[in-house]
Amino acid sequence: MFEATSLNRRNQQVEWLFKMLFLLMTVILVIPVVIILTVLVVKGHGVVSWEFLTSPPTNGMTAGGILPAFVGTLWLVAVALVASVPLGVAAAIYLSEYAPDNWLTRVINLAIINLAGVPSIVHALFGVGAFVLFFRFGTSILAASLTLAIMTLPVVIVATRESLQAVPRAFREACWNMGATRWQTIRRVVLPNAISGILTGIILEVSRTAGETAPIMFTGAAFFLPFLPQSVFDQTMAMSLHLYVISTQVPGVPEELPYGVALVLISMVLAMNALSIGFRVYLRGKKKW
Amino acid sequence: MVGEGGGAGTRQDRILTADESQLAAGAQRTSFGDRGPQVSSDAPVKLSVQGLTLSYGTKTVLRDVSFEVREKEVFGIIGPANSGKTSFLRALNRMNELVPGMRVDGTIRFNGEDVNSFRNVYALRRRIGVVFPLPVGLPLSVYDNVALSPRLTGVTKKAQLDEIVERCLRRAALWDEVKDRLNALGSLLSGGQQQRLTIARALSQEPELLLLDEFSIAVDPVTTMRIEDVLKELREEMTIVLVTNLVQQARRLAQRTAFFLNGELVEVGETEDFFTGPVLDSRTREYVEGKFG
Repeated sequence: MFEATSLNRRNQQVEWLFKMLFLLMTVILVIPVVIILTVLVVKGHGVVSWEFLTSPPTNGMTAGGILPAFVGTLWLVAVALVASVPLGVAAAIYLSEYAPDNWLTRVINLAIINLAGVPSIVHALFGVGAFVLFFRFGTSILAASLTLAIMTLPVVIVATRESLQAVPRAFREACWNMGATRWQTIRRVVLPNAISGILTGIILEVSRTAGETAPIMFTGAAFFLPFLPQSVFDQTMAMSLHLYVISTQVPGVPEELPYGVALVLISMVLAMNALSIGFRVYLRGKKKW
Repeated sequence: MVGEGGGAGTRQDRILTADESQLAAGAQRTSFGDRGPQVSSDAPVKLSVQGLTLSYGTKTVLRDVSFEVREKEVFGIIGPANSGKTSFLRALNRMNELVPGMRVDGTIRFNGEDVNSFRNVYALRRRIGVVFPLPVGLPLSVYDNVALSPRLTGVTKKAQLDEIVERCLRRAALWDEVKDRLNALGSLLSGGQQQRLTIARALSQEPELLLLDEFSIAVDPVTTMRIEDVLKELREEMTIVLVTNLVQQARRLAQRTAFFLNGELVEVGETEDFFTGPVLDSRTREYVEGKFG
């Protein structure tokens, strides 16, 4: 009575085939990540030490550590976040919660999508024109960070907007029916439930900001500086540019040194991701529907 | 009222079916008597609707509707899907302003005042409690769900909030089930509990008018009867507009009922007349007898 027909068997075979196909694609996706990490760890771990992190480069950057670049990247990321997170989150709240569906909103949305598509070297040139020259910030952390902030704004805006819109409309309607204003609704119900998604957007932004080279090359990052930046108006070294410089511009750099720098850079990004993911899991455990 | 024990079976029959044999059996039940006495026709008018037309873009969902709801009356609105019932409720507390493309023509008066003349639409909405078809437990604790509305209006004292929360949960017949887990998430309660939580939340606004939009659609029969009992107590204190597609529910609760069909108001009258008395339009009798729907 319940014997499989030939159609059943064929369906099962097709089912198995597609499952394996999707699995294969997923595995292929993971391979480069594993290879990159493995190569970096194998070739770079010998270089990385406490001293490597806490001393400046020496001998024309062919020896010594990475302290100015390490600290510089922290500065750049921090200032970029301060500039872009409030701007991006506020813009996303407006677009998701307040904006009427009219031509202006559509133009703004289109602009954000296009901003995400602008090549980073174009952002760099914009940064030179706007922040370095027009606002007279000079080549400085401030100019470089603002350039990075503008480049990563779409990431923050899109992630925030998506996570706000993932909060069911029924929750908003229940609040509005109660006589809550839009802001009361946002603050008490929408934002607390969207915060983990917003954090995801910020994680992505941090990762991208820390790794970008082109936008900071002309706006604030220096080839070599033996001292640490003292304010946002100083120039600074940065990990990404330093990696580029010692890999291509400086003769006589020992082979394992760039691997060490890359390992530190990727570890910074992964550590920030891990921290934020942990925070998200914690928040998600608290809020549910 | 049917007794608590042994009543469950009968209750289920009454809610789950609306065909003619049930209708005939239902007519013999005494429980139709406890919909309460008719509110006198010279009672103050709580809600007055005149020439109300609602449309979304070019689609008209409600056409030139006029009727009155009296103070402390349970007023039923029945009709099949797409009759404009839910849109009507939206217009009452000006939620239409938050629905893009929704247009309201005509006049709605609340306590004799045109709702559009309220400068403070938030105050208007606080005076009108709304319960939706699908229970909406906000992703806050049970306590915070009920305390939200008082907090929005500036109540901050713990003792005062405690008192409001307990009173509203008790009146919504939910207190005994949740008193030990007020900090549990409201959105994780069962459907029936969430619907009573929604009612408790609406009560925390201390509304003068309670709108219920097909509240029993996602709720089990036993909970439906409990909520109906709650409504029978609430009608002493507030006016209730009950939108339902269960004609028997309207018969059990509403003193007067309006029949909406395809965006038109077919008839307004005493509920019992729809079933056994004179009707103005033969479609009314056919609908309540289940000949179409």
